[in-house]
Amino acid sequence: MTAEYVSTVAPETAEAVESALTDFLAEKTNTLVEPGQDLFASGLVSSMFAMQLVVHLEESYDIAVLGPELNLDNFRTVQAMARLVIRLRTGSDEASDS
Amino acid sequence: MGAEYTDHRLAIVGAGVMGTNIAALALGHGVPVVLVDVDKAVLSQARGIVRQKLRHAQLMGALPGRPYGQLVTSVSLDDVADATAVIEAVTELPETKAKVLAGISAAVRPGTLLISNTSCIPIDELACSVPRPDELAGVHFMNPSYLIKPVEVIRGPRTGERTMEAVAELLECLGRQWLVVRDRAGFVINRLLHPLINTAAMVVEEGTATADTVDGLLEGCLGHSTGPLRTADLIGLDNLVDSLNVLYEQTGEASCLPCGLLLEKVRAGDLGRKSGRGFYDYGKVAS
Repeated sequence: MTAEYVSTVAPETAEAVESALTDFLAEKTNTLVEPGQDLFASGLVSSMFAMQLVVHLEESYDIAVLGPELNLDNFRTVQAMARLVIRLRTGSDEASDS
Repeated sequence: MGAEYTDHRLAIVGAGVMGTNIAALALGHGVPVVLVDVDKAVLSQARGIVRQKLRHAQLMGALPGRPYGQLVTSVSLDDVADATAVIEAVTELPETKAKVLAGISAAVRPGTLLISNTSCIPIDELACSVPRPDELAGVHFMNPSYLIKPVEVIRGPRTGERTMEAVAELLECLGRQWLVVRDRAGFVINRLLHPLINTAAMVVEEGTATADTVDGLLEGCLGHSTGPLRTADLIGLDNLVDSLNVLYEQTGEASCLPCGLLLEKVRAGDLGRKSGRGFYDYGKVAS
């Protein structure tokens, strides 16, 4: 379903993940979102699309979002999702909390 | 059956959209589930679907933090025998539901709560196929059942008081809120919702507006959280057509006769979200 978004070269930085996610959201919602924008509060992302975002991240970045990481706060903004991806791929949180 | 969640053992017959929804709801509330379907392949797929729905429920913070219940799948109706409650969630065809309910009631002990998750068929009509009609009630779970707390409970004319108490105990354990209505085709929700969806599809068919515009107007102007056509895709267009047929047979109202566009989509296999395409293409848009 999301095969066209799977990266052939794995992004190594939070900025690259943010950029890819911004493109994905623009494609799916016809909206250009800010990195820190609350996607749920703005009504842009429904509860159904939230799960689609989880699956998209798992398939695109070869990660598994499990246990306490499966929390809406990790998907609330593009920045939060990028932090999650970096954390799960490298075991460190590269992105800033800005 | 007691008030503790560990006292409940649920059996669900039918592993489609609603069967897997209700299974995820119960498992996430710590209740073990026996999920029965006639098709082994459907059951195998259902395991993965239930797992994903449980993850969805957890993501949305919709679970109480109990240890998950255990899921058992089976192709034999005999395996519902030990359940404290059985929910029928098979195809919305009166003869299919009647046959399955008769099979369930033959397998369970007297006093076991029997629930139909029918969309539209009057409970009293279904009660004709079971030997103890007082033990049957209707519970219309919403979709997705693990996220939407309110449910519609239907008390048939022969539904017993003890059965209504058992329904309340089960729904309490599952963290649901409920309103009880009387027994008429479509009850309250689908008596209103299904003709609305059918009419919305007619509007698209007639070229007055696109599906996106119809949903946008209903959402933006009337405050619907999901427009009628997005809701149709979530329900499943095949199930919707079956339900509309029941409503049309029961009420004779033209607004319940499935429109050409709905029938065409079902014929083409565009059944909504579950097939990847209905009024929307879920490979392309946010769902």
